[in-house]
Amino acid sequence: MIFIILLILMAVVLLAAAIYSVIHRDLLFAVMGTGIVSVILSLFFYILQAPDVALTEAAIGIALTTIIFIITIRNTSRDEDEIIDKENESL
Amino acid sequence: MKKVLVIILLITIGYFLVETFVDIPFGENRIGNIDANNNTVAGYYLSNTIEKTKVANVITAIVVNYRGLDTLGEVTVLFLASTGLASILYRRKEEEEDVERLNLPSSRLMRTGIRVLFPTIVLLGIYVFIHGHLTPGGGFQGGTIVATGFLLMLITYKGFNTNHNRMAWIESLAGLSFVGIGIWGLLSGNTFLENSSEVGVLNSLISGGLIPVIYIVVGLKVAVELTGILDILLKIKPKK
Repeated sequence: MIFIILLILMAVVLLAAAIYSVIHRDLLFAVMGTGIVSVILSLFFYILQAPDVALTEAAIGIALTTIIFIITIRNTSRDEDEIIDKENESL
Repeated sequence: MKKVLVIILLITIGYFLVETFVDIPFGENRIGNIDANNNTVAGYYLSNTIEKTKVANVITAIVVNYRGLDTLGEVTVLFLASTGLASILYRRKEEEEDVERLNLPSSRLMRTGIRVLFPTIVLLGIYVFIHGHLTPGGGFQGGTIVATGFLLMLITYKGFNTNHNRMAWIESLAGLSFVGIGIWGLLSGNTFLENSSEVGVLNSLISGGLIPVIYIVVGLKVAVELTGILDILLKIKPKK
């Protein structure tokens, strides 16, 4: 029973983090949201008896993808509205 | 007019997606009973892998042995991605002088912590890809973990530099030996990437014939490629 409640809680947090990362205007926080999604997803893979996929998700999803996004944000702009404005100007 | 076209296109795509997925019985046991008389592919893998290849981790046997050509393709995709990125973003030595990897100096806590963590993380990655045939994980996972260790060093220490020449050598040798193992299978009278050596004893480190060799090669290649990608990305000059 506790296990099922824990699973439902994890799923709710996963969905909340995903929605948060979609709607947030500050891109650094959005990237953190995707990182949280990867953490919980990797736990899910482990619980569903796929440790190989869990390892892949942990190494690539949590560490590498997040870092590559953060490097991109450092080189461009942290604010989503600013990027959209610049694109409109160049059009 | 444009919107109507888009809606028609979306309806068409949706129709074919539903058409494809409506026949799949979700939630049923599609593997069936796992026994030697089972004729499905999954049943064959799960019932025969351990006896034939003596590899404890069945997933590794499927990825490297039965689906070895797919793994070669995957490695090629990663190689092409890293080559493409390097050809666009790589800077020569003369241009490198004014490029700083980081804006902020790292704190003492970070420097001391990373110095302890770096060898541990690299060791864990190497463990994962050497034991790919015994425990969960393998070349791709282990290589990524090694690359994460190098990433921590790259963002913490300004003086830490990777040797591009040496990395290119390791990458080329690893890729060539993967293809070479495949061609060796052809030369010895079997199929491409045939696991044609002694398979050894189940659950020992040297077992499974060529499977651990291929996974070690893949692990080295993935580690070097991802480290190269991160190094190149970190050297881009930020726009002020």
